[in-house]
Amino acid sequence: MDLSSINPVLLVASLMVAATPILLAAIGELVVEKSGVLNLGVEGMMITGAISGFAIAVETGSPFLGFLAAALGGAVLSLLFAVLTQLALANQVASGLALTLFGLGLSALMGQRYVGIKPPPTPDLDIPILSDIPVIGPILFGHDPVLYLGIAIVALVWVMLKFTRAGLILRAVGESHDAAHALGYKVVRIRILAILFGGACAGLGGAYISLVRVPQWTEGMTAGVGWIALALVVFASWKPWRVLLGAYLFGGITVLQLNLQAAGVAIPVEYLAMSPYIVTILVLVILSRDKSNAPASLGRIFHASR
Amino acid sequence: MIVLEKRPQPSQAWSLATPVLAVLATMLFGGLLFAVLGKNPVEAIRTIFWDPLFGEFAFYYRPQLLVKGAPLVLIAIGLSLGFKAGIWNIGAEGQYIMGALCGAGIGLAFYPLDAVYVFPLMVLGGAFGGWAWAMIPAILKVRFGTNEILVSLMLVYVAEQLLASMSLGLLKNPEGFGFPGSRNLNEYASATSWISQDIGMHWGVVAAFIAVIFAYVLLNRHMLGFHIRLTGDAPRAARFAGVRPARLILFCLGTSGLLAGLAGLFEVAGPAGQVSIDFNVGYGFTAIIVAFLGRLHPVGILLAAGLMALTYIGGEIAQSQLGLPAAAIQVFQGMLLFFLLALDVLTNYRIRMRMREVA
Repeated sequence: MDLSSINPVLLVASLMVAATPILLAAIGELVVEKSGVLNLGVEGMMITGAISGFAIAVETGSPFLGFLAAALGGAVLSLLFAVLTQLALANQVASGLALTLFGLGLSALMGQRYVGIKPPPTPDLDIPILSDIPVIGPILFGHDPVLYLGIAIVALVWVMLKFTRAGLILRAVGESHDAAHALGYKVVRIRILAILFGGACAGLGGAYISLVRVPQWTEGMTAGVGWIALALVVFASWKPWRVLLGAYLFGGITVLQLNLQAAGVAIPVEYLAMSPYIVTILVLVILSRDKSNAPASLGRIFHASR
Repeated sequence: MIVLEKRPQPSQAWSLATPVLAVLATMLFGGLLFAVLGKNPVEAIRTIFWDPLFGEFAFYYRPQLLVKGAPLVLIAIGLSLGFKAGIWNIGAEGQYIMGALCGAGIGLAFYPLDAVYVFPLMVLGGAFGGWAWAMIPAILKVRFGTNEILVSLMLVYVAEQLLASMSLGLLKNPEGFGFPGSRNLNEYASATSWISQDIGMHWGVVAAFIAVIFAYVLLNRHMLGFHIRLTGDAPRAARFAGVRPARLILFCLGTSGLLAGLAGLFEVAGPAGQVSIDFNVGYGFTAIIVAFLGRLHPVGILLAAGLMALTYIGGEIAQSQLGLPAAAIQVFQGMLLFFLLALDVLTNYRIRMRMREVA
């Protein structure tokens, strides 16, 4: 075992990369849940985003078109969920599960021709002087644009929810859809928009895995990241900045266990690979006591009787 | 303008009709999907739904129906109890793996002892493995209010890693020339779950039928079953009626885990034969579709599992004969759940045309 082979600067830099898919998916889901909808289909939307992004990036040679397609793919899949739960008033838990099962199958079908192909590389931002600063440079300025986009989305969501009228309306719909409806807000329309946003974010997160993090396509490659993102929203008690914190925590665990695997620690690989999931459970246990921040209408079906 | 009007009571007729309609809609859109993939849709649908039952080689495929259907029935029956009460066990796949590991572990420990009690002990082990794995989310939910959906699902990934570790390590066949995977339990007469391989009968099939009867009696003739239904339909009323939610959570998750564990054990000791890295094939997730398609009703689940088993077998035939990708069947199954959920609106609501009023 050689722990000195783990470079702390690279560790932090790769932690941010590992955290970004979870971050993107979780911040999208946060907005969805704030509007009072529980979409358990994050995993399905992520994997659909992962393959649509990968396919378009390979076909066009442009990773940015790929990310755009991923957001679109995730949003289109989430539209199915929106139709089911908002228009057909189906159970949200069951619909979310259906979305995940369907997404996993669909992505496997779409991805057949793309196994074993390398996607075009996503260029890192290379800011001449800043990126060359030791330690801080690679950590803060040496990443690809999508990583910064993720952080920017967190900031925007925070501003939107806290300081704007749109955020207030969104929260009102999530807290009490009947009251919001009585005030004349279009509950269903607002929720559909939130679901689409969540889908687009999850799609981006998925594409980040297939285009930057891994980068290649394998079936079922999201391996539960979508579910971890769902847990993260609970962990963050529906607060945007805590999503960022949580995502980096999970990213850290993932990267650390990979580094420990590489360093040849005496713990078998399988047990190290379990650790992110076990940590998720532990975190859920510690934080589940306090549900006071959960949107009051979360998961409830809205039906305007008049 | 189209408006939905809530029915005073869910419509019985629609409740029975929606699964059938959903299957027809899935066939239609599945056919379209196959056409997009460049296959003849009529031929593909016929290969999936007709050939396994009445085709030229049906004598070979029909027994497979029991083999694939049994684990689906076992798992879905367990899940349906919880789903009825609003307790969501999504991690049946993990409980299935743990049941298989515990049961097979006991069997392998006795190898090569020839005794009648080996298999019963394995059954107990399998049930215990699945039950114990499901008790983790159950106890966490009761004690800390943790979301059982997320915990049970996370445990699937943990179980998959354990499975990999076991088939490469502790349970590896010492005479397997270094290949991953355990001894083949089918070659160990005291440990196999087969009754007759020719007609697809193994103890899992028997257990599945017992589970259906057990669930039917429980839900219709027993107080506990009434409490389960009451909690699902009216949680507040249930609390006033003295239903203890904690007990219900432990029972529903425990039972579904136990049944999933049994399904895993019967599979590993029969059709699969050995513990290997890719032993689990997603029955735990497909069973969720089966439970819904069967309307969470024991007899419905039996029929739904038959249909899903048919798509598995038909899918395999279509794969080898028409070159249909394996994932297409997965999409097909997912689609079925979508249509079912969407059409269910007709069970609970009436569709009315109404002129837009001025507010």
